Amino acid sequence: MSAHVTFSQAHSEVLVVSLSGHWGKELDPVVQQELEQKLREIDGAIKLEPGNDFSWDSHFPVYLYSCMRNVKNQGCSLDLSAMPVAVRKLLQLANAVPPNTSAQSSEKRPFAPFAGTIKEAYGLLAFLGEMVFATLRLITGRSHMRGVDALTSLSQAGPKAIGIITLISILVGMILAYLGMIQLQQFGAEVYVANLVGLGMVREMGALMTAVIMAGRTGAAWAAELGAMKVNEEVDALTTMGIRPMDFLVMPRLLAMVIMMPLLCIYSFVLGIVGGAAVVLTMNMTPRMYISQLLTAFGPDDIAVGCFKGAVFGLLIVLAGCRSGMECGGSSAAVGQATTRAVVSAIVYIVMADAGMNLLFFHLGI
Amino acid sequence: MSVSSGEEAAIEVRDVNLQYGSRLIQRDLNFTVNRGDVFVIMGGSGCGKSTLLKHMIGLYEPAQGEIFYSGQSYTQADEQQRQTLRSRWGITFQSGALFSDMTLAQNVALPMQYAGVDRAEVDDRVAFKLALVGLAGFEKYYPSEISGGMCKRAGLARAIALDPEILFFDEPSAGLDPLSARRLDELILSLGESTGATVVMVTHELDSIFAIANNSIYLDATLKTWLDSGNPSWLKMHSRHEVVRSFLSRGEAVPDQANLDKGAPGGKEQGKYTTLSKGDSEE
Ligand SMILES: Nc1ncnc2c1ncn2[C@@H]1O[C@H](COP(=O)(O)OP(=O)(O)O)[C@@H](O)[C@H]1O
Ligand SMILES: [Mg+2]
Repeated sequence: MSAHVTFSQAHSEVLVVSLSGHWGKELDPVVQQELEQKLREIDGAIKLEPGNDFSWDSHFPVYLYSCMRNVKNQGCSLDLSAMPVAVRKLLQLANAVPPNTSAQSSEKRPFAPFAGTIKEAYGLLAFLGEMVFATLRLITGRSHMRGVDALTSLSQAGPKAIGIITLISILVGMILAYLGMIQLQQFGAEVYVANLVGLGMVREMGALMTAVIMAGRTGAAWAAELGAMKVNEEVDALTTMGIRPMDFLVMPRLLAMVIMMPLLCIYSFVLGIVGGAAVVLTMNMTPRMYISQLLTAFGPDDIAVGCFKGAVFGLLIVLAGCRSGMECGGSSAAVGQATTRAVVSAIVYIVMADAGMNLLFFHLGI
Repeated sequence: MSVSSGEEAAIEVRDVNLQYGSRLIQRDLNFTVNRGDVFVIMGGSGCGKSTLLKHMIGLYEPAQGEIFYSGQSYTQADEQQRQTLRSRWGITFQSGALFSDMTLAQNVALPMQYAGVDRAEVDDRVAFKLALVGLAGFEKYYPSEISGGMCKRAGLARAIALDPEILFFDEPSAGLDPLSARRLDELILSLGESTGATVVMVTHELDSIFAIANNSIYLDATLKTWLDSGNPSWLKMHSRHEVVRSFLSRGEAVPDQANLDKGAPGGKEQGKYTTLSKGDSEE
């Protein structure tokens, strides 16, 4: 039997609503409207009663709860004392704790993205400043850094990254060689492919590719590591033991990266040139020509520029990685976000710094 | 408050407000922890117990007010003085906060190395501290190789590495089975007793509270301030606040002292703590 509702106001001012039939999922909208209409009109007490063949399922309490909420807004009360005990218990539970009325704290300011950028830049500078102080402490021998941590970081930043750097450097050397070949063939100037590969690797691509790899590999790993330490309250534990987290956690990594990056860059130069050779020698160029061209292509100052860039990129990777790790929030999801942020911001910093340095070196004539 | 004038104050918290940015967590906190006390910070979850503890150990600056240690203000102290004060504390964190890439022995040895303890002495002291917390023979284990309860005990060993005057614990027994929790609490109590250290701890294990605490404070999440402080067994019976009595009685109905005395319908009050009224069983 489908749901049905009848109203009676026999005695006193209590409206008796009698529900009959099955009150469940597919409630007749007409009945529903009829009932809601009545509830809206009445502002006295309302008593619900089970009528003929009254039955219900789990949809009924949901419906009743929403009715009660509407009724409460008008200030009249719904009497359920005649309803089945299970319905009553459920609704009693639902109404046991009054709904939260305090507003959720959402600070929406008109210039939020703008302020966010400024705050970000400020945070970055503050962290950089702390790194400078930590470095000064390291130089003056007052640092809390442990040598063993520096060694661990060195091995994380160096030997363990060799494999992927080998692969990428050879491929980038080959890419440069093909690129040069296609262009320079038009002028019959294939010999200069060696110059392009050599200079391209040494001044630009070697340091850049190494930095991108290290950001994705080591920078991300460090961000996750520090983030997990933060979540696990290990950073707090350090502070309370009187050990500066900056010295203990960030400095070994900075030291490792700044030492390792130039070395990895030199390694990358060499392999890039080997990769270029692999392409060039299959075309009509002798090893002798390739080498003699290379020797004229770049000098020690170019190598120095490449290594310097590598060291700067290393610093930026540590800055991005350690900062997002140390500022990681308190949840495990925050560690994942910190890792992502570390990689993305490291790459942004690296490319920006590269552009800036190229501009600088161009005007300085280096 | 149950501050008797003869005792010496180890920690005094005066008019302290706790805030994260502009968000107020607790305000107007005022209490004293006497030397040798076992002091418990109680309150519902999320009311700011950990926050209070973190302010007391100097991880955050109170937004307002001052905290004194043995009469010296930590809030006003410079970094050098703070360092000296801090060196007298031992702190454990909710998860143990052991360094995962160090063995237990290295973890316990770390504060000793930074405090300039003789190298020759460190090993013996580490072994002793680990033995005190029942972890003898686990020196070479890594935190990932031992259970959560053992991690907490190792954290305790690290906290007492430098024989602190004040021990801070944040929910030391949370997440442990009842037996381990009980043992850890007893361990803390006997360590506190035998070293004469003052103990400040956050916990809601009532068994531990009654077993080990002689002073306490109750923080309320809705009023954002403390409701009562004193000996927990006394508070259970005599607190001015029903919430405090109810908290200390596991949320069971507590007869309202005032109402009982007046002969007012105290029975009515009891209904508050049972979700379902009796009438329901009729049908
Ligand atoms: N670092 C933080 N920044 C902002 N709010 C926080 C931070 N830590 C905790 N809170 C908030 O402060 C309140 C008290 O937290 P907490 O002190 O951890 O409570 P508990 O009494 O359970 O230990 C909670 O509402 C929590 O969300
Ligand atoms: Mg807590």
